[in-house]
Amino acid sequence: MKGKTAIIGDGESILVFKAVGVEPFAVKNADEAEKTLSDIAKSYKIIFITDDIAKQIDEKISKYTAQSYPIIVSVPSKSGSNGYGEQKLVEAMEKALGINLFSTNGK
Amino acid sequence: MRLNVNPTRMELSKLKARLKTATRGHKLLKDKTDEMIRRFSEIIREDKLLRDSLETEISETLKKFSLARTLSSKSDIELAFQIPSVSVEIDCDVKTVMNVPIPKLTLNKSEKKDKYPYSFGFLTSEADVAVDSAGALIEKMVKLAELEKAVAMLADEIEKGKRRVNALEYVMIPNLIETIKYISMKLEENDRSSRVRLMKVKSMIGEQ
Repeated sequence: MKGKTAIIGDGESILVFKAVGVEPFAVKNADEAEKTLSDIAKSYKIIFITDDIAKQIDEKISKYTAQSYPIIVSVPSKSGSNGYGEQKLVEAMEKALGINLFSTNGK
Repeated sequence: MRLNVNPTRMELSKLKARLKTATRGHKLLKDKTDEMIRRFSEIIREDKLLRDSLETEISETLKKFSLARTLSSKSDIELAFQIPSVSVEIDCDVKTVMNVPIPKLTLNKSEKKDKYPYSFGFLTSEADVAVDSAGALIEKMVKLAELEKAVAMLADEIEKGKRRVNALEYVMIPNLIETIKYISMKLEENDRSSRVRLMKVKSMIGEQ
């Protein structure tokens, strides 16, 4: 099975990934991102979303978690990571193991 | 809670068979969940490492590129990236970890001769650097996608498995045991009462 990749993000900084074959979709706000996501969910296998957007459309993304494809991955935006990806990891871990393996500060 | 069955020998042997299956199933499921958890913690550690290193790299790349963008006009940039030089195709396979289907991705990079989709004079060198690092990143990003999905799907499956194990351990098996006990007691009770009846009858016959 062959698949394509896409990236959803704000502004045009994501355009750089077009040079390596990832289709960029620029969106301005969460509503637009949601719409774009449902539009492209069928045709792309991997969809990267910058985490400032991902955080706003968390609910929508969760719908795709149970399916094997598309794979939705949050990547940091140009202003750096906001911890969304990490938070998702911790959530999954707490769901599965009941504890957080990574907590070092004893929280 | 006792199951709603008739206290007969038939039911008793049926229930005993069910108890046997349930105990066996419980053991198997428990082992399966334990193994899934072990795999899960391996994957999640790997994922965490990859994500940590990737997050800084990606935002670096995006930062570099937005810098490059400010140096050229918007239309120039859009024109430059009109045709990608590298087409990334992904082979999507499914592998199973303890019967959980998780995606397995392999990246097919078909590179053309020149790395950049535009001529050298067209954009500044900042753009080149950004494109370079994006090219280096894409492989890792695909790997991250694979791991992240595996984590999400395994977490789901482990949760389900745990629930099943608990349902067997704390509901199904105790219920069966209780019902079996109830039936065998009832049967013994019937036995005793019929014996007493017989003895009574015998003594009445003997008196005559």
